[in-house]
Amino acid sequence: MSARVGVVTFPGSLDDADARRAVGLAGGQAVTLWHKDADLLGVDAVVLPGGFSYGDYLRAGAIAGHAPVMGPLVAAAREGLPVLGICNGFQVLCEAGLLPGVLTRNAGLRFVCRPQALVIESSATVWTSRYRGGQRVVVPVKNGEGRYVADEATLDALEAEGRVVARYADGDPSGSSRSIAGVASADGRVVGLMPHPEHAVDALTGPGTDGLGFFASVLDALVGAR
Amino acid sequence: MSTPAATDPAARVVDTVVVAATSPATVQPFTELGLTEGEYLRIRDILGRRPTSCELAMYSVMWSEHCSYKSSKMHLRQFADKAPASDVLLVGMGENAGVVDVGDGYAVTFKIESHNHPSFVEPHQGAATGVGGIVRDILTMGARPVAVLDPLRFGPADAADTARVLPGVVAGIGGYGNCLGLPTIGGELVFDASYAGNPLVNALCVGVMRHGDIKLARADGPGNLVVLFGARTGGDGIGGVSVLASDTFADGGPSKRPSVQVGDPFTEKLLIECCLELFAADLVVGIQDLGGAGISCATSELASAGTGGMEVDLDTVPLRDAGLSPEEILMSESQERMCAVVRPADLDAFLAICARWDLPATVIGTVTDTGRLVVRWHGQTVVDVPPRTVAHDGPVYDRPVARPADQDDLVADGPEALPRPTDGEGLAATLLALLAAPNLADPSWVTQQYDRYVLGNTVLAGPADAGMVRIDEASGLGVAVATDGNGRYTRLDPYAGAQLALAEAYRNVAVTGARPVAVTNCLNFGSPQDPGVMWQFTQAVAGLADACAQLGVPVTGGNVSFYNQTGQTPILPTPVIGVLGVIDDVARRTPLALGADGEVLLLVGETADELGGSEWAHALHGHLGGRPPRVDLERERQLAQILVAGSRDGLLSAAHDISDGGLAVALVEMALAGDAGLRVVLPEDLDPFVALFSESAARAVVVVPRSEELRFTDMCVARDVPVVRIGVVDGHGDEAALDVQGQFSLPMARLRAVRAATLPALFGSGPAA
Repeated sequence: MSARVGVVTFPGSLDDADARRAVGLAGGQAVTLWHKDADLLGVDAVVLPGGFSYGDYLRAGAIAGHAPVMGPLVAAAREGLPVLGICNGFQVLCEAGLLPGVLTRNAGLRFVCRPQALVIESSATVWTSRYRGGQRVVVPVKNGEGRYVADEATLDALEAEGRVVARYADGDPSGSSRSIAGVASADGRVVGLMPHPEHAVDALTGPGTDGLGFFASVLDALVGAR
Repeated sequence: MSTPAATDPAARVVDTVVVAATSPATVQPFTELGLTEGEYLRIRDILGRRPTSCELAMYSVMWSEHCSYKSSKMHLRQFADKAPASDVLLVGMGENAGVVDVGDGYAVTFKIESHNHPSFVEPHQGAATGVGGIVRDILTMGARPVAVLDPLRFGPADAADTARVLPGVVAGIGGYGNCLGLPTIGGELVFDASYAGNPLVNALCVGVMRHGDIKLARADGPGNLVVLFGARTGGDGIGGVSVLASDTFADGGPSKRPSVQVGDPFTEKLLIECCLELFAADLVVGIQDLGGAGISCATSELASAGTGGMEVDLDTVPLRDAGLSPEEILMSESQERMCAVVRPADLDAFLAICARWDLPATVIGTVTDTGRLVVRWHGQTVVDVPPRTVAHDGPVYDRPVARPADQDDLVADGPEALPRPTDGEGLAATLLALLAAPNLADPSWVTQQYDRYVLGNTVLAGPADAGMVRIDEASGLGVAVATDGNGRYTRLDPYAGAQLALAEAYRNVAVTGARPVAVTNCLNFGSPQDPGVMWQFTQAVAGLADACAQLGVPVTGGNVSFYNQTGQTPILPTPVIGVLGVIDDVARRTPLALGADGEVLLLVGETADELGGSEWAHALHGHLGGRPPRVDLERERQLAQILVAGSRDGLLSAAHDISDGGLAVALVEMALAGDAGLRVVLPEDLDPFVALFSESAARAVVVVPRSEELRFTDMCVARDVPVVRIGVVDGHGDEAALDVQGQFSLPMARLRAVRAATLPALFGSGPAA
């Protein structure tokens, strides 16, 4: 049986169906997790999808960080459960303390939706092993609050530890510190990514299939671990 | 605004039915509420007494132009009377939105609406709640909303007020639609001086359901419960419908800002998911959304269309502001609310699903068979009316119609006298100027603020002739939708202008490979009390109805927006037409972008010297006069057949309709989208300027591999449709150029830069680079 990847639906999650589709296309089995249930249903990995959880009121991702499902999720992530937070999911991971830094209003003050070139900086995470370090990929970016910000010491540490997962190429849509598009936890199992790989899994509906590698990577890790 | 609602409810005597019956001489502010004396007397006649203040509020909003269609109703009947025989309509006009059979058991519902006046007063919230309203209309039919399109029209691009209105409108649409999780797959962006002070913000939503899932706005079954769910009711948008949508903006009037509703897309997203769960569990007998006229509208329409009676207790309505008067509760246009009719046995299950989505839900009334809508507040009866007289049997006016006195002069003042470029250099300069013109420039500044990817089914979304979404992942079944309208053409000839708008949307759908099947329309006009405007309106409606009949595509619903004018000056008459098409497999869609080197470009259709109302005359000469391009609906139909067959048979690698800016602009758009260059040889029998910039209708550029050229041209010849080879794809990337042989050659990089610079220069540079 293929690996089971949970996709959390918060109120206001929007790309949850897309994330489930991407898991399926990569060969995994997607499992829907509900924000009110403090139960991960025994999944092998979790995707926190894009959207505007709880309307992004208060602050993007802030309320979702305290949802019932996040209790067991944070605990499991600290024990090595692979977690990918995309866009709003990245914001939730930062708010929940699983990743350093914060995501603030884009430098241009506008929502930006466009195909975006990225450089994969690290293939050493469970979500990026299918890529080569330095590989260019194109996946959509779409957010109004995607500007990654952290203090210089944190940024230096992330760079030194190889935890910068991806950087914007050909123009940063958000004005992020050091053009960072995604970062990883120290063990490389929790990754937050502002662009949307789940929207680049089928050339018919996205700019290509460059995003599929994120989902295939984690399935490699899960199947290999059995 | 002096409405009875403005007074403190606690400090005044409630105007009950009993009070009204015993105080016939009480003077009532019907004029302030937008009712004429005749209308007021008719209400007294219906009730056999003076109305209570609640009843007066209710009639005033429901009999407003916006809700009652009193000036347009008798003309709109043509859409039904002249409707072509169609086997695809599952629900026709009159419901919240029409429903079309698209095959495999799927049904699609789509509709366009305006939110023009609120968007001028408060651009962000006005536009946002426009999206919210049309999405609820689609949801109410039982469908999952799957895409939106936003046709927008503003004053001059460089006008100071446009810099206020446009960014707010775009951010409002984006902020609401993006947060709702609906892809924006198309729309329009048009600038014209006539829209200064009166922007047009239209929004179209598409929804998908299974045939058996269709829901109607009917309160059937005495004893069934009326449940209000979604957001709480507040003091926003009170009187917005009657005051904002039915009155013009006069200088020096009081600020109307508080009348605009405030949207909460997060609650709307929950409402969508909650409703779809309720529908799936079959817990809904009938359903109506609350938009214009709020509870007044929902209760009277549900009762009028159903068993006929309803009792409502206003004390049960969950309020954001406990100080609201009964009139205000009835009129409030607070967003993100729905009203459902539920069997008593299903109530617990219904409320449980609402609780799962954290949405308040409250029983506010009961369906009856009394034929009366009775509303109580604090134990007293404040409304007791026959619901049909409120919702469906409002006043109908046969407004005077007169062809404007200046129409002949306008038509006589053709574009023939305008100076035309005569050499290659002049043609190149003309092309560059057109590409920089706001109406033809790169709209990315706008479209990049909209999410196009969410839901993962967007197959085409700008640059494209029509937006396209997949509705079945297994089979690839999908739909395409385009909206078009040309106020300049319609000003010159409203009958032809409406037909040209339909023809363009129809063509744009066919260009993508989808079969056009149905029509929705948003008719934006000036004051119906101006006989000249009424002439434009009646001509446009007749033209559209006749063209729909000839093209075999029925109108399924739509919206009329009158009073779009500033002072005595109306906007250009602007019917915006949406066409829905069906494609059996979205993988076969025809894109707009040029493909591989060596592929052949063919011009399909006939080009004549037709520049009246053209973008060239407008942008380069500030001229509007003459006649719009000739309408040839039979040719449009043949062209569509060719484009759909070419897609189905896999002959086409790209195609693009020719419209604003003519062939030259169409070619540049195709080349830029494909990052390609091309060599063009203009037809010998045409003047180069006419060939490049004429806006003759019923034309398209198609791109075919050399191996398919003969097959394709044979298909055109068999239908007697002119086709001529005009060029080849030649080169990609940095070296690519547009080379019009014997005339000029321009690097694509330059064309791209010119086209991209306009909107950021006007509205702020793009995202931080």
